[in-house]
Amino acid sequence: MSERREIDGVSGTETTGHEWDGIKELDTPMPRWWLGIFYATIVWAAGYWVVMPAWPTLSGYTHGLLDHSQRDEVMANVRALQTARAAKERALTKASLAQIQSDPDLLQFAMAEGRTAFGDNCVPCHGSGGQGAHGYPNLNDDAWLWGGKLEDIQHTITVGVRSTSPDTRQSEMPAFGRDGILKPEQVDDLTEFVVHLSQRPADGAAVRRATKLFADNCAQCHGALGAGDRKVGAPNLTDNDWLYGSSREDIHDQIWNGHGGVMPTWQGRLTPETIKSLAVYVHSLGGGE
Amino acid sequence: MQSATSESPLRLDLALIPTLLALGFFAGIVEAARSLDPRMVVQGWTFAGCMLAIGAWYLATYADGPPKDERGGYANDVVKAGVIASMFWGIAGMLVGLIIALQLAFPNLFYFPDLPWTNFGRMRPLHTSAVIFAFGGNVLIATSFYVVQRTCKARLFGGSLPWFVFWGYNTFIVLAGTGYLLGITQSREYAEPEWYADLWLTLVWVCYLVTFLGAIWKRKEPHIYVANWFFLAFIVTIALLHVVNNLAVPVSLLSSKSYSLFSGVQDALIQWWYGHNAVGFFLTAGFLGIMYYFIPKRAERPIYSYRLSIVHFWTLIFIYIWAGPHHLLYTALPEWAQTLGMTFSIILWMPSWGGMINGLMTLSGAWDKLRTDPVMRMLVVSVAFYGMATFEGPVMSIKTVNALSHYTNWTVGHVHSGALGWVGYVSFGALYCLVPWLWKKKGLYSNALVEWHFWISTLGIVLYITALWVAGIMQGLMWRAYNDYGFLEYSFVESVQAMHPYYIIRALGGALYLLGALVMAYNLWRTVRAPLALSSEIPASALAAEVV
Repeated sequence: MSERREIDGVSGTETTGHEWDGIKELDTPMPRWWLGIFYATIVWAAGYWVVMPAWPTLSGYTHGLLDHSQRDEVMANVRALQTARAAKERALTKASLAQIQSDPDLLQFAMAEGRTAFGDNCVPCHGSGGQGAHGYPNLNDDAWLWGGKLEDIQHTITVGVRSTSPDTRQSEMPAFGRDGILKPEQVDDLTEFVVHLSQRPADGAAVRRATKLFADNCAQCHGALGAGDRKVGAPNLTDNDWLYGSSREDIHDQIWNGHGGVMPTWQGRLTPETIKSLAVYVHSLGGGE
Repeated sequence: MQSATSESPLRLDLALIPTLLALGFFAGIVEAARSLDPRMVVQGWTFAGCMLAIGAWYLATYADGPPKDERGGYANDVVKAGVIASMFWGIAGMLVGLIIALQLAFPNLFYFPDLPWTNFGRMRPLHTSAVIFAFGGNVLIATSFYVVQRTCKARLFGGSLPWFVFWGYNTFIVLAGTGYLLGITQSREYAEPEWYADLWLTLVWVCYLVTFLGAIWKRKEPHIYVANWFFLAFIVTIALLHVVNNLAVPVSLLSSKSYSLFSGVQDALIQWWYGHNAVGFFLTAGFLGIMYYFIPKRAERPIYSYRLSIVHFWTLIFIYIWAGPHHLLYTALPEWAQTLGMTFSIILWMPSWGGMINGLMTLSGAWDKLRTDPVMRMLVVSVAFYGMATFEGPVMSIKTVNALSHYTNWTVGHVHSGALGWVGYVSFGALYCLVPWLWKKKGLYSNALVEWHFWISTLGIVLYITALWVAGIMQGLMWRAYNDYGFLEYSFVESVQAMHPYYIIRALGGALYLLGALVMAYNLWRTVRAPLALSSEIPASALAAEVV
């Protein structure tokens, strides 16, 4: 190539005779193992093209000897799973919730389905252990807004709370302060009253002032004694379970603003069998009645 | 041809570039004044401000005739500016990376709902663009400018054109980065900037090609050095990828929103044809250009094999462009296209390794330098990481492996072994070489600090990639775990919870890597400030006669 070729002292290899800014090049042949693997990958790829869908043509593509289809594979897998579960799903369709609970075999299946459905659909709000969070009910305890029996839970999941379903469970805590229904000092007094209801020390004068206020404004839903009413989803105020927090600030905030969360309706999104499984699963978390 | 000497009275570049800057300034003002899109108003002001600043720089530099840097010899000042910009953007980009790593590890602590620009969705593209395009891009511009002049014995073409490329490119970076924070995005990974920023980059990129190709055209060497093949492949292919992937119709010329020309699975395929080749031609071909100059130069040894460099160059270029569909395995993409993406990714293994062999084997006869020269060690370790990442890539493109790895942190770990280990280290090595050469110093301020940098950041990389390997494989296994009835064993949230310890280790690894970069910045700054003005390089004036 060039007359300036020289032998490199270290490797004993000839250079190409080119030089750029002091950089020369050796004329070392390509490593045989490198070439070998390179050719092997090409041969392997060509083989893969022969058996699998590979190259586009004018009107379609080369299907390959196997005529493989990912879509068919997925459909087949889904069908196989449905077949494997068919007997149990049919049993779920027919069985009542109580029957599911009393059949150990069916219960195991329903719990497995319920657990997965819970993980995929309920966990974002209710927590991965169903422990709830501020504004999202704890499903492990025995405090239930809309009832803790199997059928109650099933119905709540089916229609939701303040949801888009026409049959939704519906209730509304008014924003007594924000909407000007009560005066600020009345909300302060009621806060003391609610603290008093849950057997905690409270300002006696405020409690006395609020007794009539509670009877006029709150008792209709929460009951004369503040024990709540599941028919209208009104929480029990005498226990120590609080959806929006237990401190005076939290209680005042709730009376003032009347927060109310939304539980979606799962009808149509989940099958009746999955909803049944979810009801059984949630019932088993610790607070089922 | 544009003469660089001072006696030339007519300078086309000094007429055209300021005109362009003035037009850009007015375009920015018009956008700011007329647009009803508040984000576009901010972008308009930003762009106009950049144009004004560059114009002021041109005025200050050229008011009294061409600066000293233009009176013969190589264009060095623009390379110096590139080195400084690289270091600045590198640290900025790594810092944002650390912040979003902490957001993932501690989402409750690093969540500020009142400051929308701190949201992960805006900070993540800021991080990727800052490290790839701002850091990587400035490194590539600086090194390619340095290398092409010396290996062609010719000055960059077009007088002040290289300066326009530098300022113009960094304007694009500012426009893109502030745009992300404002919430402007095309939602195309690594191509998030909107239509107007894309148009500006296209213009700058053509100028880059012209000034680079001009130097090759004017070269005093009979052959074109291999580093320049790679740089040229990088510049040309990125232009092609950038233009096609960003074909879009703006809602109006006063809006920051545009709609892509593509839709559905075609859109996805175009995007990943772009996305994967941004890796292939920006982060691989470009940085191989750096490797091919700085490793033989630093080792003072000849390139191991000329033939290997030819064959691996052409095979790499030809095969990389096919590999994009491996990002879309098991999606709506037709199966035949998936097959091609996967098989070409496997074939790509050896062409990639050709560069590693040539890099490592060039050290034969100079292996002792690994012990004595920490900069050499950084360059060599970068090639080792390159080899590792380009083996892992084809493995991950195999459908059955991808079924496990896709959408998991394994992918993130893979990208970072390439980004931190290969791109980062080869860039650091080149910058450590360039600073004493450009600022004419006998050597770096402290080799001990380079040692510290090397070990701190290597520990960081190891923590980072091992944590994400474990996290990614665990994530993939959790997602596909079924119980006896075929129901999923874990909910998605449980797989997120399982990531927590690994996200902490990853953030720690990233923090160490950033710490290393800070040590480097300090070392380089002290090197520049050192009083010793000794250089082994041939004085630029000695070359002036040949260059003109």
